[in-house]
Amino acid sequence: MIWNPTKECMSREQMRELQGKRLHKIVEYVYHNVPFYRNKLQEMDLSPDDIRTIDDITKLPFTTKKDLRDNYPFGLQAAPQSEIIRIHASSGTTGNPTIVGYTRKDISIWSECMARSLTSFGVTRNDIFSVSYGYGLFTGGLGAHNGVETVGASVVPASTGNTEKHARLIRDLGISGIACTPSYALYLAETMDKLGITKDQIKLRIGAFGAEPWTENMRTEIQNRLGLKGFNIYGLSEIMGPSVSYECDEQNGSHINEDHFFPEIIDPVTLEPLPLGQTGELVFTTLTKEGMPVLRYRTRDLCSLLPGDCPCGRTNVRMSAIQGRTDDMLIIRGINVFPSQVESVVLTMEEFAPLYMLIVDRVNNLDTLMVQVELRPDYFNATLDTPAAISELEKRFADKLRSVLSINAKVQIKAPGTIERSQGKSTHVIDKRKLY
Amino acid sequence: MTIRQLSIFIENQSGTLQKVLELIKQLRIQIIACTIADTAEYGIFRIICSEPDRACSELKAAGVAVAISDVFAVELDNQPGGAANVVGRFSEAGVGITYMYAFLLDGRGILVFRTDQADKAQEVIRKGSLRCLTEKELPVNA
Repeated sequence: MIWNPTKECMSREQMRELQGKRLHKIVEYVYHNVPFYRNKLQEMDLSPDDIRTIDDITKLPFTTKKDLRDNYPFGLQAAPQSEIIRIHASSGTTGNPTIVGYTRKDISIWSECMARSLTSFGVTRNDIFSVSYGYGLFTGGLGAHNGVETVGASVVPASTGNTEKHARLIRDLGISGIACTPSYALYLAETMDKLGITKDQIKLRIGAFGAEPWTENMRTEIQNRLGLKGFNIYGLSEIMGPSVSYECDEQNGSHINEDHFFPEIIDPVTLEPLPLGQTGELVFTTLTKEGMPVLRYRTRDLCSLLPGDCPCGRTNVRMSAIQGRTDDMLIIRGINVFPSQVESVVLTMEEFAPLYMLIVDRVNNLDTLMVQVELRPDYFNATLDTPAAISELEKRFADKLRSVLSINAKVQIKAPGTIERSQGKSTHVIDKRKLY
Repeated sequence: MTIRQLSIFIENQSGTLQKVLELIKQLRIQIIACTIADTAEYGIFRIICSEPDRACSELKAAGVAVAISDVFAVELDNQPGGAANVVGRFSEAGVGITYMYAFLLDGRGILVFRTDQADKAQEVIRKGSLRCLTEKELPVNA
């Protein structure tokens, strides 16, 4: 099912024309309402009239996370406060949080985008749908909530925490859909195991997973354990929240709601746009946002835009899975290492739980990488009960890591339950190097 | 000819052994013999205990990495050279001992070990008329 065929199946020419018109309008809007952008455009000797088609976008300046922090709290807000009906804030672990204000129209567009996503996953008004993103300043909870209500399904605002109660509700209410982070989905599966709730006692059939990167192996694991089909949903609060892009039944990339969020892929070093299909940093321009529009916002997410038509009938462009973050990227002995690469290896080893921790240190001026993984009780057996056998397993894992990362990592196998489970975004890296 | 042993993976950290022992206590499982194979980061805690099947499944359910394996428990002559005589027979037959530990049962020494070739080891035991302990003989007070 397609929620809005007019927008989701538009011809490419019509889409580009619409994007061009909207881009001109949004540039004019920020020029008159956001001093930060007016100054930037004036410095570059640009006026809104120079932006006529979507191809003119490359003339515009970039916006970075730092720009948002420097203009904390309301410096980039374009609409008057009286028009703002909701304020979200992104996590501010490394400085000021990012404050994003939404007008009534913004919330309505967001709900529409979320409804497109859920419909694409197969959610209908007959579903009972549990939203297990955190409710609060984080956009996940309320964003998904509005979308479920827009579709007309029954929303269960479970939020995070109290997972045992949630697991019982999933069984008792016959909850058929869930939105949460993929790591929370695994945590939920573990909790159900603990409570003795089996797959055939629950009716989950659709999972909308996002807010952190995940892999195909993780998808298989979640699907097997919860008996549902898991779909990727992507978003970020600086642009809107979840539903900037969403998968369809083909599960070959996520369709971007590009009538509202225009995507570009750039080289993160030269900042030059990259040709279609190449991997680089994802950049978004909000084409219709009133509260806090952004021009060419650098997401720091690495991915590619996929060429070709999608058999599902949607014509809006697809983005690949996120392959890393420009700021999660660790440089270890001069080699770029992404935690997601380690994750992909961990998930190929059935002896280990789908959890890991990277510990980076510097010993005698040499970077060291240690990867901790956890034994799975159900895969521990008599062939593993000697230090020699455990060393063999460590070596097998270390070899696989080396072939993927191109550097040597020390492996540490931990007892079950000793690597921290996260209920929100997982943290997978401890960097002990004192480089700054 | 063999008895069952539990192997438990534990990390080298204060408190981890106690946690496992506490679980075993709560399950009312009696430990008859035990040993730890230690490395820098973890240990394999091996125990001969009462009700090994129940102990294994309950510990697994509690999230412990535990496995059950078959080991030989051979009775020794209580005199100098007792262990050498037993191990000697295996070496002569080219059977390697993977690991070994011992305990006393009613004043008799019992050598517990795993070999790298179980079939050949059984042949050595038969030919040498070595006496193997059975699980029924374990002093379980339950």
